[in-house]
Amino acid sequence: MAEETAQEMAPVIELDGLEVRFGDRVILKGLKASLTGRSIGLLGPNGAGKSTLLNALLGFHQPSAGTARILGRDIRREPRAVRSLIGYMPENDSYIAAMSGVRFVRLMAELAGLPKSEALERAHEAFFYVGLGEVRYRALGTYSLGMKQAAKLAQAIAHGPKLLFLDEPTNGLDPPARLRMIQLIQEIRDRGDLHLIVSSHLLRDVEECCDEVLILKDGAIAAFCNLEEERRANRRFLEMETRGELNGNFVDAIRGLGCETAPGAQGRLKVVLPEGLEVRRLYEIAAAQDVQIRRLNHRRDSLEDIFLKAMEAADGRL
Amino acid sequence: MAVYKKTYRPYEGALTAHWARLLVIPRYAFEDLHRRKFLSVFFFATFLYPLICAIIIYVQHNASALSLIGAQGAQHLISINVVFFLSLLGWQSMMALFLAAFVGPSQVSPDLANNALSLYLARPFSRTEYVLSKMSVLVILLSVMTWVPGLLLFGLESYLEGWSWAVDHARIASGLFFGAWVWILLLALLALALSAWVKWRAAAGALMFGLFFVLSAFGAVINGVERTNWGHLFNISYLVGSVWVWLFEGGHPTTNGAVFFRAPRGETLPLWTSWVGLAVLALICLYMLARKIRGAEVVR
Repeated sequence: MAEETAQEMAPVIELDGLEVRFGDRVILKGLKASLTGRSIGLLGPNGAGKSTLLNALLGFHQPSAGTARILGRDIRREPRAVRSLIGYMPENDSYIAAMSGVRFVRLMAELAGLPKSEALERAHEAFFYVGLGEVRYRALGTYSLGMKQAAKLAQAIAHGPKLLFLDEPTNGLDPPARLRMIQLIQEIRDRGDLHLIVSSHLLRDVEECCDEVLILKDGAIAAFCNLEEERRANRRFLEMETRGELNGNFVDAIRGLGCETAPGAQGRLKVVLPEGLEVRRLYEIAAAQDVQIRRLNHRRDSLEDIFLKAMEAADGRL
Repeated sequence: MAVYKKTYRPYEGALTAHWARLLVIPRYAFEDLHRRKFLSVFFFATFLYPLICAIIIYVQHNASALSLIGAQGAQHLISINVVFFLSLLGWQSMMALFLAAFVGPSQVSPDLANNALSLYLARPFSRTEYVLSKMSVLVILLSVMTWVPGLLLFGLESYLEGWSWAVDHARIASGLFFGAWVWILLLALLALALSAWVKWRAAAGALMFGLFFVLSAFGAVINGVERTNWGHLFNISYLVGSVWVWLFEGGHPTTNGAVFFRAPRGETLPLWTSWVGLAVLALICLYMLARKIRGAEVVR
């Protein structure tokens, strides 16, 4: 049990001053972080460095300074060992058009080190798993966009990696295909056999699939948060709307209960309740102060808020 | 085989050795080539010339076979010597050029056309291993066409003529082996480099021929205008031919090359310039490959 917990807490990815340059341009600026989650989201606007980070971890780009460790393996010293742990689903189309789906996945599994017969068996299984069992003998060039995405996922998991890199996994998918992809990712995550890194600029994808989020901005870490903890903390976050102007006495009174308050837009009031305080007490004070509460919502500080704050923060910190 | 399973499960089984993974790409490539009937027919047709050579060698040493067809004394018409083996190498190497032009372009371009390369390199498989694997497809095919039949014929002649002949003509055997390798490596590098840069298969194949003819024509123009012989440095068949002559005969050549790979008499350049010319061409191909064979495109 203790061993399992220790394994759970051991860093999946340790970024140790990782810097990547293309010529004179610094793309990743000395990233430092220790990511331990089962499913980690990489968020950031286009050009923030998400794909470059994944490519650097895969050894496609040589770091100009610093390094990173994946499940304890250094990407500079043991690139081959690192890649043997990873399954990679790239952002762009990646296939050999004339090859049948199952043959392609089998080829990739064999290159990852699986013997011929195991590679064939797992290629078939992976195709059924991603829902392409019926079309596995068709040439990949004839697949629809959604099928190509699923085939990319199949090749990424066929060899049984310990860590899965998914770069924009829902790129270009229609809503049903997107839903199916998200369900697959959640299923893989929930099985707990491997760790996931989901890079996306779609907040919803990350919110639905990840428990930790690393937000990048201009090649630097803008924020790093544990979504589960954020969600827990936000359970006591209320947004209140009252009739007319806010009564100063009312605000003072609820502060007196130990609440933190902050004025919001359009006369709203943001309130953080202290532990143990019931919402009912706010209504009682409002009645005593002759304030009419028109709306009271448990406001979730959504990933969108976290993301926007990270983007706005001048110094890159929340 | 449990193809009905619809769950993901980690792989805990044994992994193959790293060197064994180098053979995966050639195996898939040969399966693909086998499906192309024209290539299979062409490949087997290229053994016609070595077969004729084998018959000639056999007949040379079998007077009764000659008398059977009423051609007594015909063995004096063809000598089994340097020219015989150089001609074999020259002819087979030209066939190798055709085969490389057909097979080479389909090696790298399909991987680059839809970015499959990143998937190869995201595995414990390096860029060098990728290039070596792809090269090995051509190296195996072209070896079977060139030095393998050459050495078999050399062995046949040695067997029939006596081992003292083999010892006296050992340089022919080494010339066949190393001469073929010079050509094979050059062709393989050129085919892969063009395949990496020209995505349209037919265009890449045509470009391979074009390089030989256009460059030699360019060299001839330089020779004509400048009244020099240095234009031959652009003529790949000249460079290869002069290297072959040295490999077969050393410093005292009696021939000026092989069929398709001949240096005009009196227009020879120092041997080292041929080596340098070939090395430069190989380096250019390697540079072209290094630029294209990458896991991710770098946009500076």
